[in-house]
Amino acid sequence: MKLTLNEEQNYLKETALSFVSEKTPVSHLRQLRDSDDQLRWDKDIWSEMVKLGWSGILIPEEYGGSNFGLTGMSVILQECGKTLTPSPLFATGVLGATALTKFGSEEQKQKYLSKIASGELTTALAIDENSHHNPNICELKAIKDGSNYLLNGKKIFVVDGASADIIIVVARTSGEDDDVGGLSMFLVESDSSNLKTVKLDMADSRNYANITFDNVSVDEKMILGEIDIGLEPINEILDVGRIALSAEMLGSCEKAFEITIEYLKERKQFGVPIGSFQALQHRAAEMFCEIELTKSAVMAAMQGAEENSNDLQRLSSLAKSIVGETSHLVSNEAVQMHGGIGVTDEYDIGFYLKRARVAETILGNSTFHQERYANLTGF
Amino acid sequence: MNDLENFRVEVKDWLDKNCPSTMRAGAPADTPIDEVWGGRKAVYKNPDSKLWLDRMGEKGWTMPTVPKEYGGGGLNKEEVKILNEEMFAIGARAPLLSFGIWMLAPVLLEYGNEAQKREHLPKIIKGEIRWCQGYSEPGSGSDLASLATKAEDMGDHFLVNGQKVWTSYADKADWIFALVRTGPKEPKHNGISFLLIDMENPGVSTKPITLISGKSPFCETFFDNVEVPKENLVGELNAGWTIAKKLLQHERKFISNFGLAAGMGSKKDVVSLAKKHFGEDEGKISNPIFRSKVIDHKMKEHAFGLTLQRAADEGGKASAVASMFKYYGTEHNKRRHELMVAASGVNGLAWDGNEFDDSEKNLTRAWLRTKGNSIEGGTSEVQLNVISKRVLELPSG
Repeated sequence: MKLTLNEEQNYLKETALSFVSEKTPVSHLRQLRDSDDQLRWDKDIWSEMVKLGWSGILIPEEYGGSNFGLTGMSVILQECGKTLTPSPLFATGVLGATALTKFGSEEQKQKYLSKIASGELTTALAIDENSHHNPNICELKAIKDGSNYLLNGKKIFVVDGASADIIIVVARTSGEDDDVGGLSMFLVESDSSNLKTVKLDMADSRNYANITFDNVSVDEKMILGEIDIGLEPINEILDVGRIALSAEMLGSCEKAFEITIEYLKERKQFGVPIGSFQALQHRAAEMFCEIELTKSAVMAAMQGAEENSNDLQRLSSLAKSIVGETSHLVSNEAVQMHGGIGVTDEYDIGFYLKRARVAETILGNSTFHQERYANLTGF
Repeated sequence: MNDLENFRVEVKDWLDKNCPSTMRAGAPADTPIDEVWGGRKAVYKNPDSKLWLDRMGEKGWTMPTVPKEYGGGGLNKEEVKILNEEMFAIGARAPLLSFGIWMLAPVLLEYGNEAQKREHLPKIIKGEIRWCQGYSEPGSGSDLASLATKAEDMGDHFLVNGQKVWTSYADKADWIFALVRTGPKEPKHNGISFLLIDMENPGVSTKPITLISGKSPFCETFFDNVEVPKENLVGELNAGWTIAKKLLQHERKFISNFGLAAGMGSKKDVVSLAKKHFGEDEGKISNPIFRSKVIDHKMKEHAFGLTLQRAADEGGKASAVASMFKYYGTEHNKRRHELMVAASGVNGLAWDGNEFDDSEKNLTRAWLRTKGNSIEGGTSEVQLNVISKRVLELPSG
């Protein structure tokens, strides 16, 4: 495994950087937050991303994608993270595309993947049921009813759940609460009757929903993969998501750090730039080291996914956990080092703090992934 | 067969004939083990250690990339990789540990004149001369450039007077590479020269320093009217600071890699010690609070290892990154030893006697020794200064 990007991946990264710098600086997110827009991402921006081919990066060529791989997708998200750019890229381009590519039937792939690639269809993955991510526990039940399944239960904190066309729902089809063998995935249209979506207002101003299923009837053709497919395959999707999200979080860390270093050079007190104070210099240097370690962990996880590493679960948890910890450090220090202006809404740095914390809770926070890493390693 | 394949066959064959059986995997368990540093004062418990050093030294394979005219192996990168792989395959012991190889030789190759390279490099490579480093002084630690050991120009030689401290293994070394003040009136960085001094010269004396670990890897080294030939000046007069900084980079890289490598291959692992002393519960360390510290530590270690790999994959980096590795590697090594001691409880603080086994007594001393890691070769605080100024380009105070 080589921990460097190839030419193609570098090219994607550069394209993404110039795109987000030009089209979606942080003011874009601020504008969405301050408008009445309920989507929380911009349709025109999404169309442009689709035109650049981003929605199809994880989709095989026969379904209209480019199959450039997870590293390519992750470096784009990393750049998006730098300006906190909201878009369906994560929930649709990563989670939806991966779930369908890995487990979809030929018919499902034909029907949905090309529409994801062309930007006509967005998806969301409904997995969490409690305040903490824990895919081992699933109470939402799907019970067979003729050639259909009846879904009953509630999913919370569904990323892009307030706008997605198709919700990929993890449901219990056998066993009890923590029996991970009895889990299945269903593709549920978001306008299904008896499905109730409540939009969530989270600190990072992005698109989330709680979704209640009250006898939602789903055709058995809409099962994704086999019935009782179990947690392992679901985890494959989640790990791809965790790695891509880690890259986005890394991008946010890098940018928040860069903004802070610039501020340390500009801001003067006692007649000198505050960056000349050793008390601040050493904290900045320590952040630099932590960010370097984080880059390596994220790079190893991306490359591990490219190469189907048998250590991928551990690498994924390493990346998500370390980037979570580093975002804590960097976002807190960024606010503190900015002083008074850092806690004002007018200044952008607060957006980085808010996004850092919400992103950390998606698909498992640092504690979750530390426990998982330790169990996988045998601690 | 291409050239590299031929080379691999040659290397295999040579190792097969020349690497003594006690110097490779499968050696009898009671084989006495030498830490081979070479030099005029070396003593060997196992004669094979000397034989292995001599044979590898003769081939120049202790520094395989150095050109043959300087006693090196004259190998290219691909060939070195093959040599390392074949040595690894038979579990060959390192023939020579050497500050000459790690620190001085790279500097001589870059700044030394032809005569110096021809004189000193072959002896370093063969392990005939053991070198030590004379940098710090009692009054010059982190502020190294304030050093006061003076070398006066006496026409045909320098007259050296002063004192060095923290000279590693000076009592066992043959020669010392030292920073000396040759320009007392120049600004402090511009009056320093890099001098090679034979420690057999009259006026050179050493005195070991006992550390909190009970061991004495370092000495004080005194120079009392020592006459040093002019030809032993490396680089220009008063241009020693540039060479000193370059050498420090080699040293920092070495310390951070060494600390980590020493820890990762070790059986004395935090996890196994914690399981042994706290107990195990379905494969988990029983004490949940301690377990969480171990997990955090091991994950950081994993990420640090990946960072070393990434730096190598990126093809080597600037000096500031060497500072990051030095800072993080040594601080991490300190934390690792703190955890091992804490995991071991009373058995982690044994000093002497028969109630504790050797690995426990060694742990105590190793733990205490790590306290020096973040001081020697530039303190952690100095490394953070370097990162702030060179990488982050923060303004000077």
